[in-house]
Amino acid sequence: MTITIKQERIGLNGDEAVALAAKQSDVDVVAAYPITPQTIIVEKFSDYVANGEVQTAFVCTESEHSALAACLAASATGARTFTASASAGLALMHEMLFVTSGCRAPVVMAIANRALSAPLNIHGDQSDSMAERDSGWIQIYVESAQEAYDSILQAFRIAEDVNVSLPVIVGLDGFTLSHTLENVTVLSDGDALKFVGTRPLPNVLTHEGKSVPFKLDPENPMTMGPIALTNYYFEFKRQQEEAMKNALEAIQQVHAEYAELTGRSYGNGLVEPYRLEDAEIAVVCVGSTTGTLKTIVDELRHEGVKAGLLRLRTFRPLPVEVLRSAMPTVKVLAVMDKSMSFGGNGGAVYHEIRHVLYDAETHPVIVNYIYGLGGRDSSPQELRRVYEELLRIMKSGHVEKQINYLGLRE
Amino acid sequence: MSREKSWKEIAPAGVCSKSSVGFMTGDWKTYAPVRDLEKCTLCLTCVMLCPDGAIRWRPELGKIEFDFSFCKGCGICANECPTKAIKMSLEQE
Repeated sequence: MTITIKQERIGLNGDEAVALAAKQSDVDVVAAYPITPQTIIVEKFSDYVANGEVQTAFVCTESEHSALAACLAASATGARTFTASASAGLALMHEMLFVTSGCRAPVVMAIANRALSAPLNIHGDQSDSMAERDSGWIQIYVESAQEAYDSILQAFRIAEDVNVSLPVIVGLDGFTLSHTLENVTVLSDGDALKFVGTRPLPNVLTHEGKSVPFKLDPENPMTMGPIALTNYYFEFKRQQEEAMKNALEAIQQVHAEYAELTGRSYGNGLVEPYRLEDAEIAVVCVGSTTGTLKTIVDELRHEGVKAGLLRLRTFRPLPVEVLRSAMPTVKVLAVMDKSMSFGGNGGAVYHEIRHVLYDAETHPVIVNYIYGLGGRDSSPQELRRVYEELLRIMKSGHVEKQINYLGLRE
Repeated sequence: MSREKSWKEIAPAGVCSKSSVGFMTGDWKTYAPVRDLEKCTLCLTCVMLCPDGAIRWRPELGKIEFDFSFCKGCGICANECPTKAIKMSLEQE
């Protein structure tokens, strides 16, 4: 693969990387409300606005609910729109998340993943966006600040694809990624914008029978999402499901195009397998902890243990077929969850991986590890013990505990 | 009544396939505005504030008209009228 563009390596934390990518995407409107650990994104972007480095209309709102309402309205006019949030802020957006996806507005939102109150906790876990998994937003979780940058550029292309037309959340682990300085390789403004391009608009038929671009425009009046009762609501929801299916294709395609341009790729954009080819034991993980797990897999492989890893990058839409064929040799699998589904017998990722593999030709024994809640650190030693338990299960054929809590004081 | 369409045939996002002009909402109301022509100064505050556009200014006739096919009886006009020329009264058919 020959990379023909010139890239630059600079020091950025995850939030700054996100802000830079949003800037380079020539966003028309940003409406946001600051909340830890997302604050730097909003601060950095308002710097760009104050310095005249962007043409963006920056709207300071009184709440996250209003921020997303403003983004939806802007996006409905055909504008490229970006926002960012976390934790309680995302929770306050809950209603508007469904309105945004239902209106098929391709808003891109970065979430610096953080725990939800109570008790109050500002640190990183994935409770906030996992709780919004049914809100109709595409969800991509990243492993590094580099990937956060790359994924924001890709997110606009995915969201705005005329066959998708859905909002996208890019999740980066709070503090671990949002506040940690990394070497990030970035594109020039020109190359980034060339990749992201301008927002295409599909044509729709208005009540006057005219085929016009799908946007609010006084010249061609239309109403989006006002009311659909028993006779039509169901049909609109089915359309959203189809758009999610189309997103599987769009995510891979945009990811592949970006890989060709920059030389950077993350599996196929949906999942990133790591040393899985002949693995007998493996872990499925979402987000930054995958970085630590990779070093443990290397260690175990060095010791002759057939260990592997699968990072689930795209959680919505869930890449069902890819997951079903990703781990043919795995006998025992641990699924990591950085959030709780209280009373639900394990975490969200566990539920879904288990559900997907039920229909696989052969499926592994699957156990769940809840970890890192409220930003609790998971050390390499602890994470290694997960693999050691998988080995024990493989040898004994006996699962002691289906649901495990890693690093919890008993 | 036309055939209801499948999910593959309709515009996304609930984009309306019909104009709202054909969707009569006037029968939702319990209270209807009644205007006192003595008190009304034709300031047009009610015309501007009616959320349904159900109060129209007819300059050629020099008067305003309530469209009871769409007035939902919200009472904003009565509340905002600076001369208290509009009263909401229990609708009687």
